[in-house]
Order: sequence, then C-alpha cells, then structure tokens
Amino acid sequence: MSLNHRASILSLGLKIALAAVTSIVIPLSSGALANPHEYKLSNGLRLIVKEDHRSPVVISQIWYKAGSIDELNGATGVAHVLEHMMFKGTEKVPGGEFSKRIAAAGGRENAFTGRDYTAYFQQLHKSRLPLAMELESDRMRNLILTKGEFTKEIQVVMEERRLRTDDKPHALVHEKMMAAAYQAHPYQRPIIGWMNDLENMRVLDAKEWYDRWYAPNNAILVVVGDVKPREVFALAQKYYGGIMPRPLVPLALRKPQTEPVQVGIKRLTVKAPAKLPYLTMGYHAPTLRNASTDWEPYALEMLAGVLDGNESARLNKELVRERRIANSAGAGYDSTARGPGMFYLYGTPSEGKTASELEAAFRVEMDKLMLDGVTEEELARVKAQVVANHVFRLDSMFYQAMQIGQLESVGLSYRDLEVMVKKLQAVTAEQVREVAKKYVKDDSLTVAVLDPQPLEQKLPSTGSGGLRH
Amino acid sequence: MQVTRLLVVLLLSIYSQLALATLPIQLWQTSAGTWVYFVESRGLPILDISVDFDAGSSTDTPETSGRASLTLQLLNLGAGGLSEDQIAKSLADVGAELGGRFDQDRAGVSLRTLSSARERNQALDILGRVIQHPEFREEVLERERTRVITGLKEVDTKPDHIASHTLKKMLYGSHPYGLRSSGEITSLELLQRKDLLDLYQSRYLAGSAVISIMGDVSRAEAAAIAEALTKGLPQGKLSVTLPAVLPPAAETRRIAHPASQSHILLAYPGLRRDDPDFFPLVVGNYVLGGGGFVSRLMQEIRQNRGLAYSVYSSFSPLRQEGPFEIGLQTKKEQSEESLRITQQVLAKFIAGGPTQKELIAAKQNIIGGFPLRLDSNKKIIDHLAMIGFYNLPLTYLDDYVKAIGKVTTLQVKKAFQRRIKQDGMVTVVVGAVEKK
Repeated sequence: MSLNHRASILSLGLKIALAAVTSIVIPLSSGALANPHEYKLSNGLRLIVKEDHRSPVVISQIWYKAGSIDELNGATGVAHVLEHMMFKGTEKVPGGEFSKRIAAAGGRENAFTGRDYTAYFQQLHKSRLPLAMELESDRMRNLILTKGEFTKEIQVVMEERRLRTDDKPHALVHEKMMAAAYQAHPYQRPIIGWMNDLENMRVLDAKEWYDRWYAPNNAILVVVGDVKPREVFALAQKYYGGIMPRPLVPLALRKPQTEPVQVGIKRLTVKAPAKLPYLTMGYHAPTLRNASTDWEPYALEMLAGVLDGNESARLNKELVRERRIANSAGAGYDSTARGPGMFYLYGTPSEGKTASELEAAFRVEMDKLMLDGVTEEELARVKAQVVANHVFRLDSMFYQAMQIGQLESVGLSYRDLEVMVKKLQAVTAEQVREVAKKYVKDDSLTVAVLDPQPLEQKLPSTGSGGLRH
Repeated sequence: MQVTRLLVVLLLSIYSQLALATLPIQLWQTSAGTWVYFVESRGLPILDISVDFDAGSSTDTPETSGRASLTLQLLNLGAGGLSEDQIAKSLADVGAELGGRFDQDRAGVSLRTLSSARERNQALDILGRVIQHPEFREEVLERERTRVITGLKEVDTKPDHIASHTLKKMLYGSHPYGLRSSGEITSLELLQRKDLLDLYQSRYLAGSAVISIMGDVSRAEAAAIAEALTKGLPQGKLSVTLPAVLPPAAETRRIAHPASQSHILLAYPGLRRDDPDFFPLVVGNYVLGGGGFVSRLMQEIRQNRGLAYSVYSSFSPLRQEGPFEIGLQTKKEQSEESLRITQQVLAKFIAGGPTQKELIAAKQNIIGGFPLRLDSNKKIIDHLAMIGFYNLPLTYLDDYVKAIGKVTTLQVKKAFQRRIKQDGMVTVVVGAVEKK
C-alpha cells in the first residue's frame, strides 16, 4: 500500500514504549541467537554484524549519533530535514539515483529520525550488500545540498508535519505535553520541528548540520542477515575506510542540559477537532545509564507491563472491562534514551465520561498499586511475555538491527542486552511498588487533555486549523 | 538495455531455485474437511498458526453492518467455559499472541507461540476454544458494541477515515464491498447475540476454513494440531457467491473539514484474486504509484513539486474486484492543483503505458525483491493463509515471479486501458476549501 518514504519516528513514548517493555533480549541458547561481531575502522566507524542465515537477505543500517536532542532553538527539525535531503544526490550519484539503484536491485530503503539519532537503511538480497554500502558511504561525505532541492523538500516536510501532527489531535497533545513537561531539556522540542522553524529554515542550516555530525566517528553501521562477518568487515573497509573522521563532540561530552527538578503539577488543555477527549499523564523518570548497576528503569518497565503489558493487565481489566470508564487505557515507559525518561498513563474516556473522571480512575489504580503492591503472578506473567517476545522479535531482521542500533546510539552497548535481561528477570514485586511510589507523584506530573471541538466550528486564530501562523 | 534485460533473467533464475528450495508447502485435509497448509521451519522456537474463515464484512447487509467484525472480535472474549479474563491470562502466562485478520472476504484468527511443549499446548488449548466454542456473552457484546460505536463516532471526525469511508461507498454502491467493515452506528445498535451466533454457525465452517501452520513442529504434530482445531467447528461447507462489482457512478465529492490538509482519494474497481490482468496491472502499478520513491506519482507530486509527503496508487485484490486507489494529502490551498496533476499523471499513464526502461525497473524490483517478502515466519504464514483462502496453486509464489517476468509494456498499457476507466472514477476531497 502506501509507502511513506523518509518516515520519522515522531511519537516515541506511548505505545512505542510498550514495545520496549518486551524488547529486552533473553539469552535463551547461544549459537545463532548470540552472535554479534564487532569491528572498528581506523576512522572511528563502528561496525556490528549479526548473522541470521534463515533467508538470503540482508539489512544494512547506518546510525548517526545526532537527533533532535542536538538541535538548537530556531533550527528545530533540522536533523529530520537533513534526513530528507540525504536522498538528493552526490556528484557520483545524482538526485533520485540512490532510490532508483536500490529499487533496481530489488531493495527497499528508507530512513528515520529520532530524538537521539538519525538512521538510514537498505534491505536487499545478500548479493547486493556492496551496492548498499557503496551508496550509503558515498553520501556520508559527498552530499550536494542545493537551494532548489531544499526549497521543494522543505515543503514536503511541512506537509509531513501537517499530516502527522497538526491534523492528528493525539499527536498534537503529545507534542504540547512534552513542550510543557520539559523546560530546559531539548526533549521539549518535537522531532519534526516547529512549523515556524521549518518556514524559516535555509539550506545552510541543513549544510551546517551535515558538516557537524555526518562523519564515520559519529556513526555505527549495523548489518544483520545471511552474511559472513569478515566479508562484511572487508566491504566496510573498502567503502567507508577512506572517509576522514571529523572533529566533533563525542556523546559522553555533549552538554547534559539536565532538566531542573519539577516542583509541582503542570496542566494543559489542547483544543482540536475530535469527538472524544483524550488524557495523557507524564511523570519524570530516569533512564538506564549503567545496565549492570541500575535497577529502577527495569522496575519501571515491569510497572508498565503490569499495568498494560497484556489484555488481562490492570488498566484494561479494571478501567475498560470492569469499570467501563475508559474506551482504551494504557501505560508506557522507555528505559533507553540519551536523555531523561518519562512514565506515561494515557487513555480515552468512555462516552459520557470526562477526562477528569479518567484521571481519577488512573489515580485510584496507582494508589492501589502503591498500597498493596503487585502480585507475584502478575510479575511472572510480564516476565513470561518478555521471554516470548524476545524470541518472536528474532523473526525480524529489521528489528534485530534496530535493537542494536538504538542501544549503541544512546550510549549503551549491544552487549548490555544480556545484562538487561537478567536484571529484568530479577525485578521484585517490592521494587515495582518502590518505583511507583518514588516516581508516580504529582510534583513531577504533567497532565494534558484534549478538549474536543466540533468539526463545524472553525478553530480560533487561523482560517484553516492547526498551529500555523 | 540488453544487459539490464539479462539481469532480469538472471534474477529470475536465482529466485526460482530459491523459492522452490525454501517454501515446500505441505497440504492435506483434516477429517472435518479443513485444508491445512504447512511449512516446517526449525530455525526459531516459534509456532505460527492462522485459521481463516469465509466470514468477512461482505457477509453483512446494510441492516447487519458490523456483524461480521463484531463476531470475530468477540471470539476470544469468553469461550469454552473460560471468561475473557481467563483467556487473556492463560495466553499471557505463556507469552502467546492471539491476533485477528479481517477484510471484506476474510475473518481470521492467528496465534503465535513459543514451540516448547508447555507454552504451545496451553496456547493451542485457548485457540481451540476460541474458534470452536465462542460464547458471545451478552454483557460482553453490550460493552464491545458500545466501544465500537464510540470508536466510530471518533473516527467519523478524522479526515482520512471520512475520505476512505465515503470513497468505498461511492465505489461500490450497494455491493457488500461498500459496507464499512466495522459497521454503522444504527446497524450496530440493533445487533443481537443471535445474529452473531447465526453468522458463526453458518460461516465458521470446518469445510470452508483454511488452516495455515508455519514453524517449529513436525508434520505429524501439525496434523494433530489441525485435527484438534477443527473437530469441534460447525460442520459443513458453503459455496460463496458474491454479486458482481459494477462500474461506479462517476462523481467527485468535496467535503468540508477544519484540518489543514485535504485528503484526496480516487478509486475504480480493480483486481480479483484470479484476475487474468493481475500481473500487467501489478507491474504497471509499480511504475505509476506503487514503487514508493521511484514511481511517477511520487516524482511529479512530491519530488518535482513538493506537494505531498505521501502519494501512492495501489491494487487490493479480493475475491471480486478490490479497489484500485490513488491517495495523497496536501495543504488545502493546493488541493485542486494536486488533484489535477494526479489526474494528468494517471491519464498519461493509461494512454501511453510504461516505457521499456520503466518496465525493466519494475520487474527488477519485484523479482529481485521477492526474497524480502518471505524473509520471516510471519511473512510466510501470511502468504500461506492467502494462498489457502483463495485456493491458489501451491506453486503460486514461483508462478508469480515467472509471470511478472513475462509482462510486456503493451500488456500493461492494454490492461490499464481495459480496466481503469478514468472518466468513470470516483473521487473524494475531504478538507476541500470551503465553498458551500
């Protein structure tokens, strides 16, 4: 069906965070399951190869450690705009050719921008891996950015923003909630950028971004598939080996921009055309810094799982099925990020119920959990899902590559996976209760509510709705 | 040109060896008469099962619209003496996933479980109850009906849903393919438990069901699993006849909406699963708007003019003609311009067909990329279920690649001219610049 090229991962958090609960690797048996091979080129490029010989295909992903977190005010969205511009050609491979050649090789390709990284990938028959490497390495350094192409592409990005955010009430609520929850940390800014920044962006902004961050010493190449690691290494040497490193700030030395402690509840309302209200509650929470010594992020993952990890989990059972106060209700938390974390509760009230009634119901559930804790049975259920889901994910080469790339680009290691699993399995009921008590509290809470507006009524301030100016 | 053509041949031969080697489908019937499609794969400790029934939304009428969907939705919410909560817990305790598949033709239940004995047995026990002994409890029906209706009220405010819903009605008129799969508020309100039971008894039949099994079990184990899953199904077999799809009444409808973008959709009846024009239309569509970034629509709308983030054309083959659809979204001030350009691209393509170069590029991608369609258990079982449900030959995947390889530019042009009457298309623009 429709292929949305140059997709961005825009709504991290929420459901995506749920996937993270189940994304932790369990070392079931060695051999095929535990084989990543790691190499480092002299120019600083890291290569991680994972063999999967079930099918004669390969996925190649390059991850740059530069995402919206690295942007500055006035140029929000530039990481993502550059991602779009990366398909506009080099001297050797003129505009449009990249996609044409990959397509002619039977391949699929795309890219995505996150808060912490920007990544590009190709999936193809294993015999065509050299082509993917040739093209991807070429545009690491030789991109030609022209005003003409930029002028058209920035329009595409603005359409993307309208499609994914401005006209999507829940996405809009999430965007505005993040902007309110963080006062200082760059996670306050949407990955796609504010519309006014997009309107005022110039090709030079994209050029500066490219020159600052696109270098082998800021990248990780992840290859998963029916390949021999040594041969992949030789290919990487051949195609990437000649690219010079650049002076740039390594991950560990970038400014932390630590969010000041929140000292009281924040509330906001978003009006948009819709029928039902929508509620999202975000609590500041930590993320994993040291996979071996931290424990709270694992307990928070389990907390999200107990609340919303399966059909019989608390929120669905209590709020949707039994009390029927919600049409849907969920919880989410993502333990891995360069920046701070957030624990979410979100849902849609049943018809006739209000967002504040749903909020009260969430509070009842959380109070109950903090008072009585969680049962061993509930915890065991979530752990069983963690094990199963890990195995299920091995069915997808794309996902295996994603997992490696994401961890590596936020400053963790693919090697941490095994530790993370053991730690997840070791979480106790008491620890789940403890993190709930510590982090699910009003002083660090932001509540955002969608106030649905009838379609007939024009939105205030613009003739055509949305956020534009 | 010679060189590239050679490449196609080369890819074709690589591929056909590969497909034959990698997808040995075994086929048999259970004693209840259900066909079983099985591929054994020991690479991962996973078992996937899909059970598909002739019980999609085309079994609805305007009066019962939503019945088929609700029936499928309620299967696992109380079955075989277990409450919905017991079912959910039992699956979660072994990490199993139960899913559904639903369209105009099909209602399917899928299970993914670890293949180890305890996990597998517990998950299969639940699947067996869910498909063979659903209870359709009154209080659950009441609650789910309310949830569906509430959901409909919500999506009826969304421009993309308004557009696709309206388009479908315009495209199919009174044909059952024009009914909204989730139903209408008025029909949902009237549905009784008996209606769901009736549909279940008459459509979830052992003789018409298809079971697909993929993964870490032996043929003997797969046979035992299929027996256990079908012996308690309603017995019998039905012969389905759907009315023919007639050409729509050409119309362009513009609907006001406060969103900043217009959602533009164009459609015409497209492909049947057994369509003689299947391959020329599939290859042609790649060139027109199916080939992602390299298609003509993408070039003209996005690359050359920056008018939209996403623009596509697609065929969705069904038992009868599924929709041929073109879609895009653009800020409303430029919606008329975008629609005009889209129509020009389509007109030019129908009149002239693809160039030889485009044809080769399309074949290279479809044939060369075929391994990517089969690179996971999940993708393979989806193909098995499709092959089984539409009773396609076991050699379907190999035949597919060969047939793509044989398509000519002339065939594509002729097929588009014969099948897509641009003057007769239906068009919806939601979020049009207000004039009314």
